Amino acid sequence: MAQPQMRRAIECGVPDNKPFLHPKLAKNYGNWKYHDRPRPGVLHHVSHDGDEVWSVRAGTARQMDVWTIRQLCDIADKFGEGRVRFTIRSNIEFIVGDEKKVAPLIAELEKNGYPVGGTGNSVSMVAHTQGWLHCDIPGTDASGVVKSMMDELYEEFKHEEMPNRVRLSTSCCSINCGGQADLAVIVQYTKPPKINHDMVSMVCERPTVVARCPVAAIRPALVNGKPSLEVDERKCMCCGACYPPCPPMQINDPEFNRISIWVGGKNSNARSRPTFMKMVASDLPNNAPRWPEVNAVVKNILMTYKADARPWERMADWIDRIGWPRFFEKTGLPFTKYLIDDWRGSRKSLNASTHIRF
Amino acid sequence: MAKPMHPTPNLDQLESGPWPSFVTGLKRLAKDHDNVVDLLGHLEHCYKTRSGHWKGGTVGVVGYGGGVIPRFTEIKNKDGSPTFPDAAEFHTLRIMPPAGMHYDTATLRKFCEVWEKHGSGLIALHGQSGDIMLQGCSTENVQKAFDEINDLGFDMGGAGPAVRTSMSCVGAARCEQSCYDEAKAHQRVLNDFLDDMHRPALPYKFKFKFSGCPNDCMNSIQRSDMAVIGTWRDNIRTDEALAKKWFAKHGMNELVNDVIGMCPTRAIQLKAAKDVSKDAGISSVAVNDSQCLEINNKDCVRCMHCINVMTGALAAGKDKGATILVGGKSQLKIGALMGIVTVPFMKLETDEDLTSWPNWDGRSSNSSPTTRSSTSAPVKWSSVSASPTSSKVSVWRSIRAW
Repeated sequence: MAQPQMRRAIECGVPDNKPFLHPKLAKNYGNWKYHDRPRPGVLHHVSHDGDEVWSVRAGTARQMDVWTIRQLCDIADKFGEGRVRFTIRSNIEFIVGDEKKVAPLIAELEKNGYPVGGTGNSVSMVAHTQGWLHCDIPGTDASGVVKSMMDELYEEFKHEEMPNRVRLSTSCCSINCGGQADLAVIVQYTKPPKINHDMVSMVCERPTVVARCPVAAIRPALVNGKPSLEVDERKCMCCGACYPPCPPMQINDPEFNRISIWVGGKNSNARSRPTFMKMVASDLPNNAPRWPEVNAVVKNILMTYKADARPWERMADWIDRIGWPRFFEKTGLPFTKYLIDDWRGSRKSLNASTHIRF
Repeated sequence: MAKPMHPTPNLDQLESGPWPSFVTGLKRLAKDHDNVVDLLGHLEHCYKTRSGHWKGGTVGVVGYGGGVIPRFTEIKNKDGSPTFPDAAEFHTLRIMPPAGMHYDTATLRKFCEVWEKHGSGLIALHGQSGDIMLQGCSTENVQKAFDEINDLGFDMGGAGPAVRTSMSCVGAARCEQSCYDEAKAHQRVLNDFLDDMHRPALPYKFKFKFSGCPNDCMNSIQRSDMAVIGTWRDNIRTDEALAKKWFAKHGMNELVNDVIGMCPTRAIQLKAAKDVSKDAGISSVAVNDSQCLEINNKDCVRCMHCINVMTGALAAGKDKGATILVGGKSQLKIGALMGIVTVPFMKLETDEDLTSWPNWDGRSSNSSPTTRSSTSAPVKWSSVSASPTSSKVSVWRSIRAW
C-alpha cells in the first residue's frame, strides 16, 4: 500500500509582527515619547505626534483552556479593540486607543475573575516552569505552587505599593528554568541520586554523565557484572545535573525533595549592575497542594521588603544597602552554615574589605 | 460526552482563592476531552505521590528534528497498561509567536480551533523560552495539528541541542525607551538560523534574546547565550515641559533622593540655572524657574534609572544601537553566568547593519534560510569549536580558561 503523501513544512520562521499590532502601535512604531500609569494595571503611552494608547494588564493562569482564551478574546472584541499582547510573565495586555474604554474593560475583566494589575511597583505574576503537569524531571509542581503564591499575593498584584517592581519565579528542579528573580522558589535536592544499576547501561551514555558532574563525583563502575556508574557521596552536592541525561540516577524523592527560597536576582542594569540571587531559606517541605510553609516565608520576605526598602530600591538594592546580616535580622529567617557560599567562586562574594555595618 | 472524572481531592484545593485557577480550566476541558479527564487523573497521582511521572521520547513532524516535547505516562497498571490511557501520550508543540507576542483575536481563536480538534485544548501563553505551547497531543495527531498551525503562518520553535525560540520586548511598538527595532532584529536573526533550530546539530541549546534598552526586560543577560541589549552613545535627551511637570508633582525630596542620589556614577547634579555647564557632553533641564538637573554624559553608564523615574523628561539619546553580550547561561555544570560584553556598540538601523551580524558558523547572514550565499565576509566564528557534548559557549570558554 502506498504511503500517503506527507505535507512538507513551510519553514516560515518567526512571523512578522506588524499585522498583529494595534493600528496605533503600528502608526507610532519607534516614535513614543513617554508613558505614565493612571492607575495600577494601566499603562498610558504618548507618542511624539500626540497619539495616545492605553494598555490594560490582567493576570492569567498561563496554562489556559480554550474556553478561557476565547473569553479573553470576547472581552478584547467587545470592550477593547481586538488586539492583545502577552508579557514575559504571562499577563495579557489589552490595547485601546480611547481612554473611555479603559474603565468598562477593567470592570469586565474583574467581573470575570481576571485581576487587573502587575504594572510598575507591584508584584507581577510568577515566571514559572511546567512541573508535574508536563516536565519529565520535575521535583515539584509549578502551576500549583504559582496558584497558591498568587492567591496570597493577589492584593499586591492589584496595587502598586511595593518600593519598586517585584519579579518572582519558581522552578521545579535545581536547573532553575524559572530564572533569576527578586524572589525565587526553587526545588532543592538533599540526597544523592539513587542508581538503578540494571538500567544504566541500557539508558545512559556513561561518559556524558561523568562529564556532566560539576564536582567530579561520578565514575564508571561494574556493578553485579553490569557496566554502571557510582557516586562518591562525600563529593556529591545533590545538584541533580546527572539525572536528565541518565534517568536511572533518580534524584527526586517525595520526602527529601525540599524547597529553597532565593532573593536579589536582578536583570536590569538600572542603578546597580545585574545580580544573581542568593539562597536565604532552605529545607522547606514540598507540601502539595498548597505549600503553606513556602508561602509564609515568601510573604514574610516581601512584607519586610515593602516596609523597609526605600522607593525605587529593588530587592537587591535594598539588601545592598542594609547588608545581609540585617536582612536576616529583619526577616527573622535563621542564618545557617548552609547559606554560606562554599564553591570555587565564593571568594568573589566574601567580604574583601573592612566595610562592616555594626 | 467525555468519560467520568477521576476523584481529584488535591487538585480541587487549587480551585479556591482569587487568582485564576488552571485546575478550573482543565476541568472545563475535561467535559469534552477524554485526554484531559485522564490528565487530571495523572496530575492528581503526581500530587498524591509527590513525584513526576512523565518520560520523554522521540516524536516529530516531517522535515524537522525538534520542536515537539514528547511525553509518555509512566503510571502503569500491574499488567503494564497505562492507568490513564487517554493521557498516555501528552505531547507539546512549541510554536514561535510574533515578536513582542502581539495577537489579533482572530488568530488566537484559530489556535483554539486547531488545538480543540487535534489536542487537549490546553495552551500555555507562553513558555519560558517564549513559545506558544500547545500542550496535550497524541503521537498520531502531532503532524495534523502542526500542518494546520503551519498553514496559519506559524512555525515550530526550538527544542534540544538547537537554536531556541527567541524573545524580544514590546520595544519600538510601544516603548519610548526602545533603542533599536527589536522585533525586526529578532525576526531577521532567528529566521537566519532556522536550519539550526529545526535540525538540531549544536553541542547544546543556544538562545538569542533581544531587549530594547538596559532595563533588559527580556532578562537576556542572564538567560541567553547571545544578548542584544539596546543602548545609546550620545547625550541623554531632555524635555523641559515634562521635567517641570514631574517636579511639580514629586518635589525636591524625591528629585534628590530618588533621582540624583540613586545615580550609580554620580553623573547628575542639581545646579542653579545660571551655573549649568555648556560643555558638549552635558545634558541639562530646568525643573523649576531657578534650578536645573545637570547630567555629565561622559560619567553616565546608561543604567536607565533616572530615565525610568522621569520618563519623557529624560530620554535615551539619538545615536542608538545595541551592546552584544555573549555567554550568559543558567545553573547547570559550572553555575549561572552572565553574558559578557563582546561588542560594546553596534548600530542596528539599516538592513546592512542587521546583515553584518557575525555568524558563528561562518555563514553569511545576508541570505534567506533557503538560499544561503556568502556575499559579505562574516567574522569566522567557525574557528570556535565547542566540545562535542552538552557544552554551552560559556562552559566551553571557562573550560578553555582553566
